[in-house]
Amino acid sequence: MSYVIEGRDGPWELVIGLEVHAQVISKSKLFSGAATEFGAEPNTQVSFVDAAFPGMLPVINQECVAQAVRTGLGLGAQINLVSRFDRKNYFYADLPAGYQISQYAHPVVGAGSVEVELADGSTKRIGVTRLHLEQDAGKSLHDQHPTKSYIDLNRSGVALMEIVSEPDLRSPEEAGAYLRKMRTILRYLGTCDGNMEEGSMRADVNVSVRRHGEPFRTRCEVKNVNSVRFVMQAIEAEAARQVEVWESGGTVEQETRLFDPSRGETRSLRSKEDAHDYRYFPDPDLLPLVLDEAWVAGLRAGLPELPDAKRARFVVEHGLSPYDAAVLVADQETAAFYETVAAGRDAKLAANWMMGDFFAALNRTGRSIGDSPVSAAALGQLLDLLADRTINGRIAKEVFEAMVDTGEAPGSIVESKGLRQVTDTGAIDQAVDAVLTANPDKLAEYRGGKDKLFGFFVGQVMKAMAGKGNPALVNEALKQRLSA
Amino acid sequence: MSLDPATVRRIARLARIHVEDAEAAQLAGELNGILAWIEQLNEVDVEGIDPLTGAAQMAMRLRPDVVTDGGIPELVLGNAPDRAGAFYSVPKVVE
Amino acid sequence: MLNDLSLVEARDGLRRRDFTAIELTDAHLAAVAALNPRLNAFITVSAKAARAQAAEADARLAAGEDRPLLGLPLAIKDLFCTEGVRTTAGSRILEPFVPAYESTVTANLLRDGAVFLGKANLDEFAMGSSNMTSAFGPVQNPWTRADGAALVPGGSSGGSCAAVAARMALGATATDTGGSIRQPASFCGIVGMKPTYGRCSRWGIVAFASSLDQAGPVARTVEDCAVLLGSMARFDPKDSTSADRPVPDFAAACRRGVQGLRIGVPREYRNDNMPAEIEALWQQGLAWLRDAGAEIVDVSLPHTKYGLATYYIVAPAEASSNLARYDGVRFGRRVDGNDLLEMYERTRAEGFGAEVRRRIMIGTYVLSAGYYDAYYLRAQKVRALILRDFTDAYAQVDALLTPTTPSAAFAQGEKMDDPVAMYLNDIFTVPANMAGVPGLSVPAGLNGQGLPLGLQVLGRPFDEETVFAVGAVLERAAAFHHLPAIRAGVPA
Ligand SMILES: [Mg+2]
Ligand SMILES: [Zn+2]
Repeated sequence: MSYVIEGRDGPWELVIGLEVHAQVISKSKLFSGAATEFGAEPNTQVSFVDAAFPGMLPVINQECVAQAVRTGLGLGAQINLVSRFDRKNYFYADLPAGYQISQYAHPVVGAGSVEVELADGSTKRIGVTRLHLEQDAGKSLHDQHPTKSYIDLNRSGVALMEIVSEPDLRSPEEAGAYLRKMRTILRYLGTCDGNMEEGSMRADVNVSVRRHGEPFRTRCEVKNVNSVRFVMQAIEAEAARQVEVWESGGTVEQETRLFDPSRGETRSLRSKEDAHDYRYFPDPDLLPLVLDEAWVAGLRAGLPELPDAKRARFVVEHGLSPYDAAVLVADQETAAFYETVAAGRDAKLAANWMMGDFFAALNRTGRSIGDSPVSAAALGQLLDLLADRTINGRIAKEVFEAMVDTGEAPGSIVESKGLRQVTDTGAIDQAVDAVLTANPDKLAEYRGGKDKLFGFFVGQVMKAMAGKGNPALVNEALKQRLSA
Repeated sequence: MSLDPATVRRIARLARIHVEDAEAAQLAGELNGILAWIEQLNEVDVEGIDPLTGAAQMAMRLRPDVVTDGGIPELVLGNAPDRAGAFYSVPKVVE
Repeated sequence: MLNDLSLVEARDGLRRRDFTAIELTDAHLAAVAALNPRLNAFITVSAKAARAQAAEADARLAAGEDRPLLGLPLAIKDLFCTEGVRTTAGSRILEPFVPAYESTVTANLLRDGAVFLGKANLDEFAMGSSNMTSAFGPVQNPWTRADGAALVPGGSSGGSCAAVAARMALGATATDTGGSIRQPASFCGIVGMKPTYGRCSRWGIVAFASSLDQAGPVARTVEDCAVLLGSMARFDPKDSTSADRPVPDFAAACRRGVQGLRIGVPREYRNDNMPAEIEALWQQGLAWLRDAGAEIVDVSLPHTKYGLATYYIVAPAEASSNLARYDGVRFGRRVDGNDLLEMYERTRAEGFGAEVRRRIMIGTYVLSAGYYDAYYLRAQKVRALILRDFTDAYAQVDALLTPTTPSAAFAQGEKMDDPVAMYLNDIFTVPANMAGVPGLSVPAGLNGQGLPLGLQVLGRPFDEETVFAVGAVLERAAAFHHLPAIRAGVPA
């Protein structure tokens, strides 16, 4: 069932498009040689170019172009071999030149698409209209002084990719799934770190509502939303507001709005009086960006396996369910970790361990896959101990916990704690005899037809053997003795 | 196309140049004189002509991704009319 | 007198140790001290730094070092950023600005040993043809007219040209966006060279209109200009529009002659309003070239008359954007306001003069929503046609000869109330900027009032050598040895 807002007199459909601003991973800025690192002291990563001093000129960074092209290729998009940079003119305290260099009329990347997976297991293809390169602005701090704003230009001139979606999204969930998928793809490509908390990925959300079957109505743009959750909340709030406006006989005005997470509502950002007229024109300091086809082909050849392809391969090669495969490929490091664990082993067992005890341990210890207390090799060794019956499944969980706590190798834990599975039938027979002797009443009940007590006896034998008995041999010995 | 004083004020606002009301009328006159003269370009047949952005007839060079600049906060702040420590300072911006 | 030497003569004299660099610099500083109060050619004089540079040059000369400009005192248009030396662009808004960097062109000159006397006056942000728009007051032309009126030196490089004409400097840097090297050179009776767009780096030069701006030299001889350009020009990776090609030996080209060259006469440059004396000088110039072995060919540049109107869309449009950075936040003058908007509007209203404000307004208008196609886009298409005119002409000829200006220098205050009348000064020079081709103005004669008039040589892109060759032949034939009334060594 598609997502609707129930209005006073009938349902409303949502129409959503996202403009994602993704900070390009590069050492230096788009048009200057200043560094891009996050968190530096104010105004220390600023060149005269970034501060728009008189006579300063932009020179484009090849790696930023390569990153945009890689991203375009990753989105299956058209790469425009000739593109151009325009100036978008407006005054703002953290926009030193009074214009942003951006690609307006001729972006470097054209149409592509992204496939998103929804909770009900279905997938949906979302169109990407274009991707272009542009400069980030600086940062204004409004809370440091009662009557002044402070400006830090460290971010000024850092390369951004603006990735514009088609208005194909129809619910907050779809928008969230799109953003997460976009982030996954960017991280796989190594073109953006996707850290929304640090602002290296932000979204402008275009929202409108309509009755089913209608053409689009006026949209509003909610600017600079910086988490997936807030994007979803902003859409809900803005759509609800627009429904209210339409239903009370009003008209939604096209405008830019801000989402206030603390109040869960959007508010108008700029008054109409200050309506923007950006006066785009080709930047005369720059020349057309002309890409060599062979260079693009080289970038294409160097692309990593992307999440959709990897998921499909996991299903075929490792026999995983599409759901499990999707979970494992959502993060590139997780997928690589999994493949190391699964190599030459029972791939499904490896997946179950990853998604069960392993993820739980990461969660509990607050660690990420990158600094996991258990390496992929160690987890693999644990699975090997299971496979060659050195330990049984229950002991494996105990060994795993010890690995998490101590970082020791599973083999040495098994040895030092004496957890090796007991396969000596003499020892097992001895334990069975002891249990049966100690429980004459239960034995009588069993013999009287209470078959379910078999499990009780297994448990008692295992307990007597400190869990180390080989479960199959214990079963066999018990059956023999009970039927005797 | 002719500019009225209201348009002059709108353009002045876009350009962030304060214009007194009395000035707007005079400016409108001057600008209209220039624009009227410019309109001779309407005589030119530009059908099918590609616009020429600049005189440099070449493709753009790309520079390697190396940090070669920055790390000069005192120099980039040294000419600022108003600063607060390591920041530029401006009248408070209310969003 | 040392001030009367050409740059090449002074260079040779230094090499022969006829005099020292300090003596040469002091002679020019003395002329600046004597004449600048009257001519106002310099906004900033850096006497102390100049003497230090000269002393260093003497040490290098004594050590047998040979650099192309070692010890030669120059004036620097105050549009070039100079490290540690105030750079104003002739504007109140940059009055307090001291750059911490050196423009590529001036850095190249310093590398070659030049001595900088100071920063030359100019029209504010290089917008003007009279030097009347400078926030630091007008420059007076060292040439005078019988009626005694103070004349403009032309613009925007009026300070550079006046300084060179009055022998306060051996040569100067200048910039040309629509004629700002050639027109004032013509008005001041000196040589000015606007090279091909991309020949000199724009890095560190305060931008007026990025797609048109080009730096070049002004000096008293064609060869001096060739030597200076040889030092100024160089591929610069910091300017994306800088041309990555070798710098030829321009001075050698001055000795090539014009034998066998085909020189075009663009018929559209001839109009009914052209003063007879300018028409006559033009014919004289063609005759000199013919006598020297060139073939004169009639050519057509059909879109010439639209150059100026195109320029007055393209240049203000780019300027409106280039000058947005003067907002009182990071450098320059700020006028306080109650909020950011008011601070911006007051800073820019008070910081920019009337002509700059006017051009920013025009530029903002022609780029604004609903007008872009009618003005800016159309202008770019006409610009393409102007380039095509030149390309077609250069299929038939090696260079073009035209007058530099439609008149000689006019009096300060004339043409001030009609912006369009002022703009017409650049009618012959603007097309070269639109097409990016090189252009040289050579003083060729005097008008009826005893004021200098220049002829303009236009060449193919990156063929400055032919332009210098033609210019040198004109210079020899014209034998222009007239002197301005106000000059070094002449009591006021
Ligand atoms: Mg946007
Ligand atoms: Zn953007």
